[in-house]
Amino acid sequence: MTKQKSSSTHFWQGNEACAEGAIIAGCKFFAGYPITPASEVAEHLALELPKHGGTVIQMEDEIASLGAVIGASWAGAKAMTATSGPGFSLMQESIGYAFMTETPCVIVNIQRAGPSTGQATKCGQGDVMQARWGTHGDYASIVLSPNSVQEMFELTIRAFNLAEEYRTPVVLLADEIVAHMRENITTPHSDEIAIVNRKKPKPEDDAFFGVKEIPPMPVVGEGFNVSVTGSTHNEYGYRFTADPKVHQTLVKRLVGKVTNNRDKIADFECHSIDSCEVGVVSYGCTSRALYELIDLGEKERTKIGFIRLKTLWPFPETIIQKMAQTAETIFVPELNLRQIFYEVKRAVEGAATVVPINRIGGGEMITPEEIKTEIKRGMKRVH
Amino acid sequence: MSTEEFSTRKYLRDISLPFCPGCGNFTIINCFLRAVHELGYEDLRNFVFCSGIGCASWIPSPHFEADTIHTTHGRSVPVATGLKLVRPELNVVVFGGDGDLVGIGLGHLIHAARRNLDITVIMVNNMIYGMTGGQVAPTTPFKATTTTTPYGSFEHPLDATRLAVAAGASYVARWTTFHRKQMKEAIKDGLKMKGFAFIEAVSQCPTAFGRRVGLKTMKDMLTWLKENSVPRDEAKKMTESELVGKIVVGEFARRRLPTLTENIREVIGGVTKGVKTS
Repeated sequence: MTKQKSSSTHFWQGNEACAEGAIIAGCKFFAGYPITPASEVAEHLALELPKHGGTVIQMEDEIASLGAVIGASWAGAKAMTATSGPGFSLMQESIGYAFMTETPCVIVNIQRAGPSTGQATKCGQGDVMQARWGTHGDYASIVLSPNSVQEMFELTIRAFNLAEEYRTPVVLLADEIVAHMRENITTPHSDEIAIVNRKKPKPEDDAFFGVKEIPPMPVVGEGFNVSVTGSTHNEYGYRFTADPKVHQTLVKRLVGKVTNNRDKIADFECHSIDSCEVGVVSYGCTSRALYELIDLGEKERTKIGFIRLKTLWPFPETIIQKMAQTAETIFVPELNLRQIFYEVKRAVEGAATVVPINRIGGGEMITPEEIKTEIKRGMKRVH
Repeated sequence: MSTEEFSTRKYLRDISLPFCPGCGNFTIINCFLRAVHELGYEDLRNFVFCSGIGCASWIPSPHFEADTIHTTHGRSVPVATGLKLVRPELNVVVFGGDGDLVGIGLGHLIHAARRNLDITVIMVNNMIYGMTGGQVAPTTPFKATTTTTPYGSFEHPLDATRLAVAAGASYVARWTTFHRKQMKEAIKDGLKMKGFAFIEAVSQCPTAFGRRVGLKTMKDMLTWLKENSVPRDEAKKMTESELVGKIVVGEFARRRLPTLTENIREVIGGVTKGVKTS
């Protein structure tokens, strides 16, 4: 998609919309390794990105892919990779490196059914906790969850913007269904799309790893003599591998960049959560069933509210707590064996009963009818 | 040729080097910086250094007054790939040990050579995992005693130089820390040559390798490196069994092949033509 002067409508696949969003966001480098169900992102970018002055390279594995993305980012390019569960597992060490070195980059994970090779072509939502805690050590992650082709486009742009703003890796945690389905989407006038670029240093700057909450990021080859390391380092990039204070200052700032800005980063869609008696929290492909519940409340004379998470991490606890003020029961449908469920339970601190609705395997969705049945059953239990 | 007198100081940060007494890294730093000096670079402004984990990875980072990227273990070459593709005008140089580059990171090295990525890789081969205390490496000689092969290594070492030639590198050379002049000249050639340049610097680690194989001092090790080295021409006349345990030194490849960047330009240059790149 070239810069457009007016809004336009497209019939796109989710992965195509992701690739197009990346181009609009200013992505100039993509490195990846073939994997179902994410390969279309690489294929579409291989075709389109060179037309926008960018480079696409297929690396020898996913470890190399994220490595090349990190190198490209320090060379000044907005950079991205796309993968699925097995590749995402291989990238974990480098995700920690990108976090520690404050390297902006976007990692797209199109979830399939795991663990291991699992069901490679079938949908799953089992990587939610891996996206939060996958690398070793203390860290905080930013993870976005699109539930439509429209959002594959929009949240890819947001992923780049957040990566650039906070100088940290951002994960677009999509799923096979959202990535492979085709929908009509509207792309706005180019001027209406906000694009964020990383803060560059002034010539006299030398603290690229601290002092400020989000320090400026130099580009290699511009004379800043930047020292980049995944070891614990001070604000100038020099290693301090024994001093507890340097480690605390660094890691607490890196985590704080995300947690202190939770309200600015966390995004969600709400429906009737004020005074709802029954609440539902969901995300990704599973959350597409939520809209079918709006009528159910009227029929059952129960106020049903829902929260659709567009950001999984940092977890938007406040809005969940708000729902729990009135909701007696909160249902959490997801295509795994309970992941966000525990996070909702933790957030409500006993203020509501949290009920999981789970399904795995075969790429089968949780249908609106199943959620309705669970809600009716739950209501009987409550009254 | 630079007119100024050579001093390592002008290329180094004012930080003391962390290497053990007798470490080959001192020699390699000298060879590299002397090569840079003789090529006429007054500073390292046009260079970006990438390194992984291990003693050799500490050579550039944080000691060189330059942009230095100290990556995770074995991943310096992929990071260098991203750097070079986005900023082809920079001299991208990778320093790493044998464990880093042909142990955990071997796949990347082969593919970068195959792509003929225009970077220079200097592999310091001390035949051991030195930083972690002397464990067996993919380059450890057969039957050598290490902390994880207390009865002797039962594996044969990898010949990284011949592998780099086979994978398609433009320039390949191997010298030891005994051959300082030749190593400096090889580094100069590697930096000047277009394409993937691989220089294997066989080096001594008296601390973690030598003292367990009866070569306790730097002098013992250098003598051993000298006596075990065979120039490439002589090696051609020797049988395979005569060459077991020998270090064949010299230039193994020098060929002008299109680089990755040049190939990208040739194959898809028409698509990118006229596009503003930033």
